Amino acid sequence: MSSPTSTSDATGTGAALAGTGGFLGRSRRGWLLVGLGLVLALALPWFVYPPVAMDIACWALFAVALDLLLGYAGLLSFGHAAFWGGSAYVAGLAAIEWGLPFPLAALLGAVFAMALAWPVGVLSVRRSGIYFAMVTLAFAQMLFFVVNQWRGLTGGENGLQGVPAHFFGVEAVEDQAFYFYYAALPIIVAGMWFAWRVVHSPFGRVLVATRDNPARARALGYDVERYRVLVFVLSAGLAGLAGGIFAISHGFVSLQEVAWQTSGKVVLITVLGGIGTLWGGIAGAVVIVLLEDFLASSGFDGIGIITGAVFIVVVLLFRRGVWGTLSDLLGRRTGRSHAVERSISAGDGEEPTA
Amino acid sequence: MTPPDPRPVALSARGLTKDFRGFRAVKDVDLDVVDGEVHALVGPNGAGKTTLFNLLTGFIPPTAGTITVHGRDITGRTPEQIAHEGVARSFQITSLFDHLNPREHVELALQGMAGGGLRFWRSDSVLRRFRGRAEELVEEVGLADLVERPAGELAYGQKRALEMALVLALDPKVMLLDEPTAGMGREDVDRTIALVRRIATGRTVVFVDHNMHVVGSLADHVTVLMAGEVLARGTYDEVRTDERVITAYLGEDSHA
Repeated sequence: MSSPTSTSDATGTGAALAGTGGFLGRSRRGWLLVGLGLVLALALPWFVYPPVAMDIACWALFAVALDLLLGYAGLLSFGHAAFWGGSAYVAGLAAIEWGLPFPLAALLGAVFAMALAWPVGVLSVRRSGIYFAMVTLAFAQMLFFVVNQWRGLTGGENGLQGVPAHFFGVEAVEDQAFYFYYAALPIIVAGMWFAWRVVHSPFGRVLVATRDNPARARALGYDVERYRVLVFVLSAGLAGLAGGIFAISHGFVSLQEVAWQTSGKVVLITVLGGIGTLWGGIAGAVVIVLLEDFLASSGFDGIGIITGAVFIVVVLLFRRGVWGTLSDLLGRRTGRSHAVERSISAGDGEEPTA
Repeated sequence: MTPPDPRPVALSARGLTKDFRGFRAVKDVDLDVVDGEVHALVGPNGAGKTTLFNLLTGFIPPTAGTITVHGRDITGRTPEQIAHEGVARSFQITSLFDHLNPREHVELALQGMAGGGLRFWRSDSVLRRFRGRAEELVEEVGLADLVERPAGELAYGQKRALEMALVLALDPKVMLLDEPTAGMGREDVDRTIALVRRIATGRTVVFVDHNMHVVGSLADHVTVLMAGEVLARGTYDEVRTDERVITAYLGEDSHA
């Protein structure tokens, strides 16, 4: 009567998912979790200052985008600010110059991010581990340089000021952060649904296989690099969607959005939340954005010291992040998802030769 | 110009050579594997057997030489392209996806051949069309009872059996099995021999093994490698009595 899609066979279908404990298991509990998440998301601006609620939602989508790459493909990008920030500038310019409604402006930004990610992905997926992180960082720094120098278009160090939030003439949304949040939330949720769709697709299954054992995946006939480029582009698109909405919700685009600190922050949020779960990015964004807001509003200067310390404590004590630990406490983890975590942390699934 | 064996050659290498920073791991190897035969590669540790496997399946590029499959030149192809040419390999080190169960492993392999793995917009329930065939293959290698068990929890011999199911899922013309019985107890070895014999019907098999019982029971022809070169070739009985092979295996003193 409530959810027509839920099945009585909760373990069977849930277990068939190739991925890893997931964001929406196809079980009753998964739907319950999604329902709870939606209720909390809808209630958020009643409890926290609406612009902060918007920040949480944007960073959550950004972290989910990074988790798609880090958690499911095993690729750590240290240059995702290029896609978030690149899209922020494109969306900002589209809103200023053409007066595009903000959902379309953000979508345009996301398309730009994907177009940018394609060549970057092709050139960086040949490397893995720390080399992949460094190559992506290098590309992001190149974009930072271009944005900083191209003052006529981007405003250089001043950024883009006065970005309007057009929304088909609905004044409440255009003027008030509280209503803007509700107009933007469906886009954020759609982005997260898209990430879930990717993880639980034939593509998602292959992706996890290429993460765990690329040589085996090749021997089964899969062109591993092609899969990595595609997930890189999809991840960049979602990061761009989040960045575009973020910029318009703030009414300006600052150089900070393409800076390496932004790439670092989203890695921190994702790892803090727990990788390979999608939910982790959301949990991480709630913790970090609320913490930063609390510290900033209490006049504390060294925000980085506190968030850094929280990060270190979480990583040392709860190796699987906030979400992984929470799920453990709720007894939701199966032996199966532990095996996944082990294979992620060990970096491979190989046995010693006898 | 008539070949000694009337059947066509399935897998052939000419002058295959691999240098690693000045160390020549494989030297000018010629290999002809006749269609439908079971061919063993033997040799002491470090003879270059695994390097030869990696060359034949595209995991490392040769320094010199050519490789053909049923007359088609596959030199320089990538592993995934070679898999699509109908050459499948198993791995010496049990190389599986720990969190997937046997059926999911085989589904993944079947999809790899059928295509469609890039469809990120579809539900993974489309993989169900492979389920029936996957379960057949899992059953064929004797894992029917463990179809839902994550591979990380399988016993060693069961993992090796699953490797076989993955190779079979590619429906290859040529199968390369890297030490299919490594580390197995006697009972598992005999089960594996029976399995290889069964799946070899209508296919070409090349395998590496140290166990001479396995080589003797399965191989139509044997190629002996020594320090990267072909030392001897022939039937098992020919090779077994070859002076050079005995010397290589047992040392100079043994037949004094």
